[in-house]
Amino acid sequence: MCLGIPGQVVSLESAGGLRMGKVRFGGVAREVCLEYVPEVALGDYVVVHAGFAISRVDEQEAARTYQLLEEMGQLTELDEPDTETGPGQVERPGEKAR
Amino acid sequence: MKYLDEYRDAGLAQGLLEQIRSAQKHPWVLMEVCGGQTHSIVKFGIDDLLPSGIELVHGPGCPVCVTPLELIDKAHAIASRTDVIFCSFGDMLRVPGSECDLLTVKSRGADVRVVYSPLECLKIARKHPDKQVVFFAIGFETTAPANAMLVWRAKQEGLENVSVLVSHVLVPPAIEAILDSPWNRVQGFLGPGHVCAIMGFREYEEISARFKVPIVITGFEPVDLLEGVLMAVRQLEEGRAEVENQYVRAVMRDGNTAARRIVSSVFEVCERKWRGVGPIPQSGYRLRTEFEAFDAERRFDVGAIDTQEPAVCISGEVLRGIRKPHDCPAFAKECTPAHPLGATMVSSEGACAAYYLYGRHLKPGNRSTEGKAAQTG
Repeated sequence: MCLGIPGQVVSLESAGGLRMGKVRFGGVAREVCLEYVPEVALGDYVVVHAGFAISRVDEQEAARTYQLLEEMGQLTELDEPDTETGPGQVERPGEKAR
Repeated sequence: MKYLDEYRDAGLAQGLLEQIRSAQKHPWVLMEVCGGQTHSIVKFGIDDLLPSGIELVHGPGCPVCVTPLELIDKAHAIASRTDVIFCSFGDMLRVPGSECDLLTVKSRGADVRVVYSPLECLKIARKHPDKQVVFFAIGFETTAPANAMLVWRAKQEGLENVSVLVSHVLVPPAIEAILDSPWNRVQGFLGPGHVCAIMGFREYEEISARFKVPIVITGFEPVDLLEGVLMAVRQLEEGRAEVENQYVRAVMRDGNTAARRIVSSVFEVCERKWRGVGPIPQSGYRLRTEFEAFDAERRFDVGAIDTQEPAVCISGEVLRGIRKPHDCPAFAKECTPAHPLGATMVSSEGACAAYYLYGRHLKPGNRSTEGKAAQTG
């Protein structure tokens, strides 16, 4: 019910006294009410719920989080020992049980 | 799709799982509040991937599920009138009332229409001035701005043939009710990302401080959910209890001020009854006096309706995280999504329906977890 889908604003218009726009989700574009995201500009990403943009996606935050997550993933991969008996092997909790 | 696919990345998920395994030293029970999160968790098998010491229990966050039976019966009574065009989100059409569902009411000749946005009701009302257009305004805080805008615009335009049947519920009072219960098992929460996109998370800071419970505002994709679990587990292991925001790309501390302004102009807080749980004080919205002319319950005077839920159903305990769907003797037997007996089976975001849909008919120890890890998109 609280489903929110991220999409890109591809047009801005006014209709029925409201700030509206087209938002593209993958290959599909839909008319969306932009009244609640007055700061949004063409090309921005918004989270859409029930035909309303409820939030502008903070691209910087998204990029920063993604980078952190990616680095974390890489660090874990670096932890992974190459061989069973390799030198400098890091023993992690639960490893012996596996 | 941007901002969707990257949060389903299997490599990122594996990295987070490793971090969770090394962070977790003690057994913990976490609750994801939102039905959308429950659906993702069960769909991607995230609970099965977590170390056995971390149990996820499923919260009350499905507004379709918790809409009281008598309100659904009222919807049917209004929709059956020949002068009414009854509009609803698609989710509500198959939810059974005491006698049948809205789809059956439609098949008997009622004009029942599914809308994607509540604003579509304005177009329908302009096109059919001789008809009464009624919208079933259900939802949590996420949906309140959309429903409020319908009422706001109808008043501005003087559209007298528009009204709303309101069943709006709020998340924080439900969290408090869970924490206040003597049977509570929940030690940390994954907070509802889109509810907080609207409302912000100051209210959650009060709850976290008062009950000394960690709350991590969390998104809906597998990587979001795993990061939310990691942040909650770290807090619990370090003895911290605060509000943290995992879903920073969409949620700010004060939420969406433009949306909140319209919501508080149109709605005021009131007691609401939750299906499977009962009445919770200050847990929902009703129309303010200035907008009560748009209240469908007043306009059509459907009166009080008495309803009875089946005694065997344990949905009230499932909604509060006390029991799991497969603890119920009726689960997947006389109770299925086609013939639901209670709240948690009526919508795909209800815990029972999600368990049924993704083959969770057995308890964790009795089912294989293999093959779930690779399912990431």
